[in-house]
Amino acid sequence: MEFRYEIEGGNFSRAGHASSAVKKILKQLNVDNKVIKRVVVALYEGEVNVVAHAEKGSMMVDIDEQRIRIRIEDSGPGIPDIDLAMQAGFSTASAAVREMGFGAGMGLPNMKKNTDQMHVTSEVGKGTQVEMITWFRQ
Amino acid sequence: MAEQQFYHALKVNNDLCFGCTHCMNVCPTGAIRIRDGKASIRKNWCIDCGDCMKACPVDAFYIEQDDFDKIYHFKYRVALVPAVMIGQFPSNISESEIFSVMRELGFTHVFQTEHTVDVIHELMLEEARSATDKPLISSFCPAVVRLIQVKFPSLVDQIMHVKPPIDTSAIFFRKKLQDEGIPDEDIGLFYVTPCAAKIAIVKSPVKDRPSPVNGVINMDFLYNKVLHGIKNRSGSSTRSPGDNLPNLGPKHISWSLTNGEAPYMKGRCLAIDEIHNVIDFLERVENDEIQDVDFLELRACDESCAGGVLVVGNRFLTAERLRKRAQLFKDIHGMPDDLVPYRDYMKSRVTVETPEPRSMLMLDTDTGVALQKMEQVRKFMCYLPGIDCGACGSPNCLSLARDIVQREAQLSSCVFIQRTMEKHRKLHGDHAIRIIEKTWGKDRLDKDCTKIGAKDEGS
Repeated sequence: MEFRYEIEGGNFSRAGHASSAVKKILKQLNVDNKVIKRVVVALYEGEVNVVAHAEKGSMMVDIDEQRIRIRIEDSGPGIPDIDLAMQAGFSTASAAVREMGFGAGMGLPNMKKNTDQMHVTSEVGKGTQVEMITWFRQ
Repeated sequence: MAEQQFYHALKVNNDLCFGCTHCMNVCPTGAIRIRDGKASIRKNWCIDCGDCMKACPVDAFYIEQDDFDKIYHFKYRVALVPAVMIGQFPSNISESEIFSVMRELGFTHVFQTEHTVDVIHELMLEEARSATDKPLISSFCPAVVRLIQVKFPSLVDQIMHVKPPIDTSAIFFRKKLQDEGIPDEDIGLFYVTPCAAKIAIVKSPVKDRPSPVNGVINMDFLYNKVLHGIKNRSGSSTRSPGDNLPNLGPKHISWSLTNGEAPYMKGRCLAIDEIHNVIDFLERVENDEIQDVDFLELRACDESCAGGVLVVGNRFLTAERLRKRAQLFKDIHGMPDDLVPYRDYMKSRVTVETPEPRSMLMLDTDTGVALQKMEQVRKFMCYLPGIDCGACGSPNCLSLARDIVQREAQLSSCVFIQRTMEKHRKLHGDHAIRIIEKTWGKDRLDKDCTKIGAKDEGS
């Protein structure tokens, strides 16, 4: 089953809407609470990344009996050095964004920690794509 | 899934319920459906918050209580009274007057529910020191605990493991009276409740341990009796308010109000009241959006227990009176003297296990089946109008879609779908009326000039 959510760049007040919606779906499917929690943490981080850095983005969610696959795509600045971005604490966020409680440099590392598989591709000046898979049963 | 149901004190009086949508629309867990013209509550979804009772235009909801005469089954008749009981009286009626009249009504002892708050507070601080999963959530409000069980099952581990004051005080006073030489079977402890949720704790005791409370009396009932007693008497009561009424301090007096617990906990603590505010915040906690909060005081009612459905007085005035009283006794600190020797006895008896998650959201326990059902729900939503009028007897279109999938309703329950079916000659007008009568009761659409707002209202 597929779901699609649009993410608006720069609108922090709406950050979390897509992850909330996915959370509600997983609860209805009787997915284990701990798995839901991991998925939602990763999704929320991913959503905030798009809001913080990109002009716009979308989240495609595909769920079957075994797993959830999420693809987040954005049109934005892209990531010049993905390995560096994956390091805990590395951040390019502006002071204004940090003041709002975002931009601590934990986004991508936290997402990786909370998913079973994650793959990031990016093109500078165009955008970033993150694909994550989490299995319902470990 | 429905092996063991919650106990509920909240009931519908079918003679009074005439079938409207007020309760169904306000229920925060979507637990109400209208069938055969009456509201019916889904037992596993209801959290006893009382919002339906507050919204009902014809007072068709009631809270089941014990017969007042039941107190006479016991030689020693103890009333356990929460602070909000006092708070709702006008300020010219004193606390001792209220307690005196309660003794005239037949109670041998009147005790205050918040008497044991210090024991609870100590246990909460201890638990907070060792907890890793933050924020911790107070276990004070039973409606909130149930809300988390049914709607936020992933957060049950964060609920604190301390019993609420009603339980702890009942355990303490029972033990104290026993130690004074009174046989256990002679002690009748009656809790004066401000809401439906607190009754549920009394009536559903944990495991094999019997409840320390013998019965429940609704606060509105006792308020009327006490006020009647005061108004119909010249002069003040001849009965003493009782010798076991130590003045409690500000912490005790305001514990059941909003910001009653939060100021006494360590770190970053928040107090949130009113069920929709609580739901909104828990939604964020569950998403891990809320960082660095240590403790959450969550209460189902606006103005916390002062806004309980059985509290007669205006909730703002009730809270004001208690805050003034707390100010008056601001120099009283610490545990009441008679509780001190029982500190260890109490602490070993007032902890509870983690409440089990009871998600009401799942479409099926089997993920594969649930996925199929969800596909069907989404398909039905393509046809349902999204008006959320409730005329089908479910609170909104999505609920109807889920009810259809769970075989508890049909697509033709929707009045707009009926019109479309009639237009395409797939449904006869008479049949449509029969469907509506199935939801709203027979002859529900007949002319009736006695309904609220109509020509002969009330006659």
